[in-house]
Amino acid sequence: MGRSIQIDAQGRLVHLLTTEGLPAEMILHILDTAAQFVSVNEREVKKVPLLRGKSIFNVFFENSTRTRTTFEIAAKRLSADVINLNIGASSTAKGETLLDTVWNLQAMDADMFVVRHAEAGAPHLIARNVKPGVHVVNAGDGRHAHPTQGLLDMYTIRHYKKDFSRLVVAIVGDVLHSRVARSEIHALKTLGVPDVRVIGPKTLLPADIERLGVRVFHDLAEGLRDCDVVITLRLQNERMSGPLLPSAGEFHKAYGLTPDRLARARPDAIVMHPGPLNRGVEIDSGVADGTHSVIMPQVTFGIAVRMAVMAILAGNA
Amino acid sequence: MTAPLPEPERLLEALVTQMKDRVGPETGIVGIYTGGAWVAERLHRALGVTVPLGQLAVTLHRDDFGRIGLHREARRSHLPFEVEGRDIVLVDDVLHTGRTIRAALNELWDFGRPRSVRLAVLADRGGRELPIAPDFTGAFAEMDPDEELVLTNEGGKLRLAAVRRP
Repeated sequence: MGRSIQIDAQGRLVHLLTTEGLPAEMILHILDTAAQFVSVNEREVKKVPLLRGKSIFNVFFENSTRTRTTFEIAAKRLSADVINLNIGASSTAKGETLLDTVWNLQAMDADMFVVRHAEAGAPHLIARNVKPGVHVVNAGDGRHAHPTQGLLDMYTIRHYKKDFSRLVVAIVGDVLHSRVARSEIHALKTLGVPDVRVIGPKTLLPADIERLGVRVFHDLAEGLRDCDVVITLRLQNERMSGPLLPSAGEFHKAYGLTPDRLARARPDAIVMHPGPLNRGVEIDSGVADGTHSVIMPQVTFGIAVRMAVMAILAGNA
Repeated sequence: MTAPLPEPERLLEALVTQMKDRVGPETGIVGIYTGGAWVAERLHRALGVTVPLGQLAVTLHRDDFGRIGLHREARRSHLPFEVEGRDIVLVDDVLHTGRTIRAALNELWDFGRPRSVRLAVLADRGGRELPIAPDFTGAFAEMDPDEELVLTNEGGKLRLAAVRRP
């Protein structure tokens, strides 16, 4: 989905909709560019003029203050004008269609849309219907994709582990409802990680997940053995319909990441989490705040990665 | 091309002669990537400056971003000293339109407010499009308008070459 429309005939990235099918060269280009912005964010003046005069619309059909804020900070550090719209409560309620909303904003001379939507595919629909030169960034669509989160996780892994070609990476927990997990798996496979594992109960793993080239584990201790990178996912109670889980407490008993269980991984393993944390459910405070945790650096790198994506897209007018 | 291209080693000598009484040990020497960084490294050594050498990448302040986009760039600005209040000498290989120097000044200011900034260039080929002039010049090189003057570095051996624009 979206592979063909996010890259133009000259091979340039014009939208970022999914990490699926994104060539390794393109991912590395984004990571290298992000490294430049990490250094900008450490300066006295944390701002560069690349997107001066550009208008970026954060269009959130599904609420997420944190993700919206990271995109807003990234856009402002690139000197863009940022307009935040929480559509969920207004236009949709009045019956306006998704595309009518977007065309109205386009008529206000938007240069870029950052879109979050509960329905998978909504950002693709928008990307197919905007004028040439207008860019779309998927900030999370349904269970489908969250490519900037996937890319910032790749940035974090590269920062600590340097080389992807010998890593063992485990993604633990609610993979079924996780667009983050899908975006990570595609990127990890493209970057040549030889051993990507998903660990969770049968009810929270998609039935055909092996098709993506991952190894499936239902036992946490076994799955964590020799891992270099452990990515814990948030248990997404709000997205669950029906009894997929007995309770959060039961989940923690079998799949919560505790210091004891983490000891199965390599001694220099890093622990990541896309946030927000459910402490005591998928991750213990002892791990989240411990020496293996790189959860706060993930947030910091996230700004730079989003700056890189927006700067690259805006430069490919 | 109207005259043979000057030898970079000779131009470096000329620069050192001009600069040695006017650059103190606390001056920040800052080379602009790529060629300017090579020249700056040589000047830094020859002038006996004690402050570590700096480098500037100007990609994020270029004025042609809207036309050419953002190219892959692994190099980053690295200024291993306090910029605030310091005398700086900006170093580039070839001075042409002056746009790179404009971008470098903006980049430099993101790190602080220097006391002064001077400009040293290995070769000035003319053709300025901005009110920018060098303080130290290795040589003036007259070029055809459709030629680029390019500095190359093969294992430390610097060479100037004229390249015809496509």
